[in-house]
Amino acid sequence: MPTLTTPSTPSAVWNRQHLLGLQGLSPVELRLILDRAAEFKQLHAAGHTKLDHLKGVTVGNLFFEASTRTKTSFGLAAKRLSADTVDFTASGSSLTKGETFIDTARNIEAMGVTQMVVRHSTSGAPHHLAKHLRAGIINAGDGTHEHPTQGLLDIFTIREHRGQIEGLTVALVGDILHSRVARSNIWGLTTLGAKVIVCGPATLIPPEIERLGVEVSHSLDDIVPRTDVINLLRIQAERQRSAFFPSIYEYAHFFGMNGARVQRARQDVLILAPGPINRGVELTPEVADGDRSVILDQVTNGLFIRMACLSLLHEARQC
Amino acid sequence: MSSLLIRGGRVIDVSQRLDQVADVLVRDGRVVQIGRELGNVDQVIDASGCIVSAGFIDTHVGVRDPGYEEDETTASATAAALAGGFTTIAALPDTQPVVDNAAAAEYVVLQAKRAGNCRVHPLGAVTRGHAGVELADLGQLARSGALAFTDSQSPIASAEVMRRALEYARMFHRPIFVHPQDPTLTAAGVMHEGYFSTLLGLRGMPAAAEEIMVSRDIALAELTGGRIHLMSISTTGSVEQVRRAKQQGIAVTCDVTPHHLALSDAEMQGYDSRFKVRPPLRSSDHIASLIDGLADGTIDAISADHQPYASEKKDRELDQVPFGIVGLETLLPLCIKTLIEPGRLTWLQLLSKLTTGPAGILQLPQSGSLASGVPADITVIDPAVDWTIDPARFRSKSRNTPFANWSVRGQVRTVLINGEVRYRSEGS
Repeated sequence: MPTLTTPSTPSAVWNRQHLLGLQGLSPVELRLILDRAAEFKQLHAAGHTKLDHLKGVTVGNLFFEASTRTKTSFGLAAKRLSADTVDFTASGSSLTKGETFIDTARNIEAMGVTQMVVRHSTSGAPHHLAKHLRAGIINAGDGTHEHPTQGLLDIFTIREHRGQIEGLTVALVGDILHSRVARSNIWGLTTLGAKVIVCGPATLIPPEIERLGVEVSHSLDDIVPRTDVINLLRIQAERQRSAFFPSIYEYAHFFGMNGARVQRARQDVLILAPGPINRGVELTPEVADGDRSVILDQVTNGLFIRMACLSLLHEARQC
Repeated sequence: MSSLLIRGGRVIDVSQRLDQVADVLVRDGRVVQIGRELGNVDQVIDASGCIVSAGFIDTHVGVRDPGYEEDETTASATAAALAGGFTTIAALPDTQPVVDNAAAAEYVVLQAKRAGNCRVHPLGAVTRGHAGVELADLGQLARSGALAFTDSQSPIASAEVMRRALEYARMFHRPIFVHPQDPTLTAAGVMHEGYFSTLLGLRGMPAAAEEIMVSRDIALAELTGGRIHLMSISTTGSVEQVRRAKQQGIAVTCDVTPHHLALSDAEMQGYDSRFKVRPPLRSSDHIASLIDGLADGTIDAISADHQPYASEKKDRELDQVPFGIVGLETLLPLCIKTLIEPGRLTWLQLLSKLTTGPAGILQLPQSGSLASGVPADITVIDPAVDWTIDPARFRSKSRNTPFANWSVRGQVRTVLINGEVRYRSEGS
């Protein structure tokens, strides 16, 4: 059995107290998280389902915006590392009594929470907390800005199947404007040497995104034959103030992944979707459940990525 | 008869195109003469090494009184104005209740009298409750002292309402002040739309949202013969449209704020709500156009667009925070930093944006000038003193400034109203 309390990778390279986004992380830092996650995955496969990296640590899951899978995944990741967890959700909380979210977070911190996982509907909200609190903050999705652990688990899944990221062409398809998943993927993938194409209706591509080092396309048919990975982002109806495209039917016609498009893709193309998926919109059931889909791998890997982030941040605080 | 001499300063009076070292003689609250060897007086203020100007005028100040005294009161706003070198301010009507009737305007005048600091003129609402639907009591507001009409930060979405307002206000020779912004293009926006809004995942407000309204309101000014003043313009397209309209003889004026000259949209990268302002901080190409517009006279005035907010309102999630920067006490050094030090404006030009420019917009011929016979509203500036901006020392009740800890040069030293010293900086 390996020594579980000592990190196998030198911790000197990871010294961040917070994980607020993938923007600004170096290739070395990104690989450190991916490698740590791979290690946890191997340990898990070998039957080590309960580790003690976070024994005695209390992790707060602060979800100011609704979430099912990310919240469950973080909660489980903390428990697998033997942390105690406290959960906070916005509904039925003091927020409805007028308390500000900073005061709420301060109160939870005062209960001895040293790491906080924060989801919020406002871009930059975790950054705001990081300035006001001493606890380490992991961004679990802020508004339309970043969702770093989702970006990492997408990249982890790609690397697991393709061996490396460098040299791959990855398409992010759909609502780029409102997607925090898109921004985290762009930073992580380009930093690791992939080529990224963002593809969607012109109304859902934000201005000057080319300056992030990506190619812009409005035709899924054009890019399908030349991509190694296609990541189908969710159409976020709840974020759309007004009509960004004429109808779901028209969207699916131009930007939905279906069997015919998979036929025109490379043999070894990988289909990802951060979910929750709208079957028949971003992708058809035959694609979602087909042999090129790695959607459920993403969910499984999310757990190990979150364990990696929690443990690395905790170790950084010990230094 | 009391007399006072401001001795040995560099006297800059735009109204007389004057820029020379001289003494200013004040008797019984009025400017008598500018020259040397002006005889015996009761009191002398040594202004050597200083600039002596007519007192500054701000055409739109968020005073927040009545209704929002947690942000600012008339007493604190006027104290801040004096410390910033302002002797006259026009108070925005976006109070609670809105200044849309005579009694509310008279309250503004009364509160200013009680405070006893600088001069305050009310601005009246264009529409009742700033709702953009029915005209406020424009005639009675004018009789009660309103120098202009404005719906403050609320856009008047209906072109029809704006047209009627311009036509009706013309009877009272009053301009309409607008904050140009198409509400359908700025809904839920928190910053300038461009590279940085994409990077940060923040909802953008495109330059076009402002330019569409500038275009509409210039067209309506031309149609009606009414007079329009554009508050806090911020884009290249706005400057170009105003330049063209002025060449065509349309009655349009405009102003800018120092923060739109000193800061760009890149500042939003820290998600710091102190940079959240409307119109939003723009990109550097827009900033260059604003400075060009000031230099060639397209932009008539500089306003602090003072928007005080209590800390509990600003210390929140970015999308829930109100727009605004508190600005009266930092305007002068920021103008020096952005306009004088880089050599873009002369002192005569800069002071025109703070004296004769705003006096013309508000139609106050007795203000913004040191001509003999006018009330002695005078600001003495020490242009060389270096200091650090410390919000804790503000006279304003609010601290929502992005300029904390900035090292700046140039400070207001003494401010006189009616020949009486109302403000003196510490150490002078």
